Amino acid sequence: MSGKGGGFMVTLSKDIIEITREQDVVTLRNRVKELAVKIGMSLLGQTKLITAASELVRNMLRYAGGGKVTLEVVLRDKVTGVQLTFADEGPGIADIRLAMQDGYSTGKSLGLGLPGTKRLVNEFSIQSEVGKGTTITVIRWKNGL
Amino acid sequence: MQSEVTKFLEKNKQSILTQWMTNLAEDHILREELMSNEKSRQQSEELLLAVLKVIASDNFKNTESQEHESVSDIISEVSIYRARQGFTPRETATYVLSLKQTLAEVLDKKFAGDARLLYESARELNQLLDSLSITTFETFIKGREEVIMRQTDEIGEISTPVIRVWEGVVALPIIGTLDSMRTQTVVEGLLQEIVATGSSIAILDISGVPAVDSLVAQHLIKTVSAARLMGAECIISGIRPEIAQTIVHLGIDLSSIKTKATLASALKLAFQMLNLEVRRGERK
Ligand SMILES: Nc1ncnc2c1ncn2[C@@H]1O[C@H](COP(=O)(O)OP(=O)(O)O)[C@@H](O)[C@H]1O
Ligand SMILES: [Mg+2]
Repeated sequence: MSGKGGGFMVTLSKDIIEITREQDVVTLRNRVKELAVKIGMSLLGQTKLITAASELVRNMLRYAGGGKVTLEVVLRDKVTGVQLTFADEGPGIADIRLAMQDGYSTGKSLGLGLPGTKRLVNEFSIQSEVGKGTTITVIRWKNGL
Repeated sequence: MQSEVTKFLEKNKQSILTQWMTNLAEDHILREELMSNEKSRQQSEELLLAVLKVIASDNFKNTESQEHESVSDIISEVSIYRARQGFTPRETATYVLSLKQTLAEVLDKKFAGDARLLYESARELNQLLDSLSITTFETFIKGREEVIMRQTDEIGEISTPVIRVWEGVVALPIIGTLDSMRTQTVVEGLLQEIVATGSSIAILDISGVPAVDSLVAQHLIKTVSAARLMGAECIISGIRPEIAQTIVHLGIDLSSIKTKATLASALKLAFQMLNLEVRRGERK
């Protein structure tokens, strides 16, 4: 249990998916959707969460060659939400502030994955260490904006 | 293997087969709805004969021998056939293991008095049948993988048809995920069709795309640019409200691209761009 913004957080269900190849993106999106539907998230909320998951899992595959995603249904202050943790053991991100800027990309793509994801979820935290890997945790609450 | 044993097995092969089929029936693994008893018996006989040949051959230990190869081929065929008929891997593995069981029973009865002989032959038989079980397993997976590969190819093709909706207008309903490989096919198909029909407008309908993330958006933008180079303007249709909002939050700028909520409104826009008018005719 961990506290943030007041009350304690309880995990109601937990599942881990190993990400090793492109096809796992589809699997992950489907699992995220299942959970979001299960807790009664709105269609817009589902779409935002699925899109965020899609961005982060693609980064994981592309920049770190894969990793692990933990999917949890969490409860805090009587509100349920879906928490996703993306952990990889890739090269890490040297300058997180830079990586979080719109349009910054080392991969010749749009550079919107990280900053966009942050806008699509209710809570976003990132830890990264060069040479060790990156862990990103996001939460979307059932009735989150 | 001792010739005493191989001769005995050879002489009694028909009764062994019957015994095996009986065991299969008792364990309810014949599954007549998937495969006729006639066919089961025929396949089992072929397999049993091949196994007996390996046992009887001088190069039982040499797994590269012709006899080994032939039994391997047969078991592969049997496994693939059963996979296609819809047997589960467990059923097919149980099928092979039940031959081991049957042979053990038969030898048990006949050579009960000679523990050493019984042990030796059982050990060799187990070795052979275990390796056949592994082959079964491998073949089964290979069979399934082939099915998956074929389906992947089929999906790749059926989901990217380019439709000529009007003179000068082509439409492309995109269904599923636009991963890098699919996009390639989609773009190629679209450009070919634009050239072949001399179209000046292409409608990309994304109603069937479950999620538009920045990679999919980038692919869409690239497709639009490629079409422009060929002299065709693109309209993206089928952007559901929740997808539109998500795209905005992601920070993707589609302002340089014409977008419409439905295919119908995209077609209407296409008519406008072509200076075409659709009117209800006067009734005579
Ligand atoms: N899991 C990760 N491991 C290492 N580097 C990453 C990871 N995720 C993102 N990055 C870095 O952050 C940059 C920005 O990521 P993102 O915002 O998704 O844009 P893009 O993927 O289009 O480059 C990437 O170009 C990459 O350098
Ligand atoms: Mg990215």
